[in-house]
Amino acid sequence: MRLLTHNMLSSNIKGVTNGFPLRIEAEKVVEKTVEMNPDFLKKMFDKIQWKAFVDGSRAMGFTELPEEVDSSVLESDEFLSRFHHALLELHLEEGALVCPETGRRFPVNKGIPNMLLHEDEV
Amino acid sequence: MKLKQLESLLGGLQQFPQPKIELEQYPTGPHIASRMLYTAENSFGDVSNKVVADFGCGCGTLGVAAALLSAEHVLSIDIDPESLEIASLNAEELELYLDFIHSNVLDLGWKGQIVDTVVMNPPFGTRKKGVDMDFLDVALTVASQAVYSLHKTSTRDHVKRAALRDFNASSAEVLCELRYDVPKLYKFHKKKEVDIAVDLWRFVPSKNERRGI
Ligand SMILES: C[S@@+](CC[C@H](N)C(=O)[O-])C[C@H]1O[C@@H](n2cnc3c(N)ncnc32)[C@H](O)[C@@H]1O
Repeated sequence: MRLLTHNMLSSNIKGVTNGFPLRIEAEKVVEKTVEMNPDFLKKMFDKIQWKAFVDGSRAMGFTELPEEVDSSVLESDEFLSRFHHALLELHLEEGALVCPETGRRFPVNKGIPNMLLHEDEV
Repeated sequence: MKLKQLESLLGGLQQFPQPKIELEQYPTGPHIASRMLYTAENSFGDVSNKVVADFGCGCGTLGVAAALLSAEHVLSIDIDPESLEIASLNAEELELYLDFIHSNVLDLGWKGQIVDTVVMNPPFGTRKKGVDMDFLDVALTVASQAVYSLHKTSTRDHVKRAALRDFNASSAEVLCELRYDVPKLYKFHKKKEVDIAVDLWRFVPSKNERRGI
């Protein structure tokens, strides 16, 4: 699971009012290189929640993104390549996603988060 | 990529070794799957450089097809861990990076407007009535651009009405009618192959935000 996916997901446990963002517990992170697409990155920059993204990237061991940004950063190639790397090249292989309200852990094994809810959570 | 090449790559994917009846696990064959994604890309521009989600991905065929047609990010979801394992091997084999989530499509929590296109071959609802329409409902809230889906031709009027009236789609169009050879996967199928008519649909979600997120 990559951070773009992380940015789309929230905890949907019954009774939880704000399940976003899921906190990342990383045990193993792998990097897989993919080609950079600046237009796509610019589009995503407008859509993602930056704070959740930066916190996620730090939890995955990548600390080279600024906490605060505005759209002027998109003119920097260096920024774009870091953004690209964190968004699309870092894979959480083993670890967990944790509901921010209840602390319930959704385990991640072999890169796949298990978001199945228990009967009493639906 | 040419249609033929896409179809042949999809033909090489591993499919459900032991399909689970209650989950309606039958694969979308390479013929239908390749046409579905090829049309989405070449007639509508809904795949390349997009974020695509595959609902009920099974062994991954539709999401893999999207990735082969240069989707920028593919998120494939299934409730069955064994299928997901095969799907992830299928992707790896082709050196494609897809994200997978083990979840009930109907229970997953979403945030934001990141997904452009949903592709799916949902359970037809022969085991669990209405599940096909539940999938469509969720797909039309998650996608911001388009939903491609297969539904039995016999349900065409119902699908159209539900999409436009209940799920607030701004359009619902049958792109073509296909013959779907559901192989004799299950004991209760008497004939060797059951050939059913299915429609390939394209739905456009409403611009108005239906989700409270
Ligand atoms: C008709 S098969 C299609 C498989 C695959 N998309 C393909 O095209 O080959 C339906 C798939 O939906 C999955 N499924 C059924 N109910 C589900 C649910 N509630 N949530 C997620 N996946 C589900 C099944 O495990 C199965 O893989």
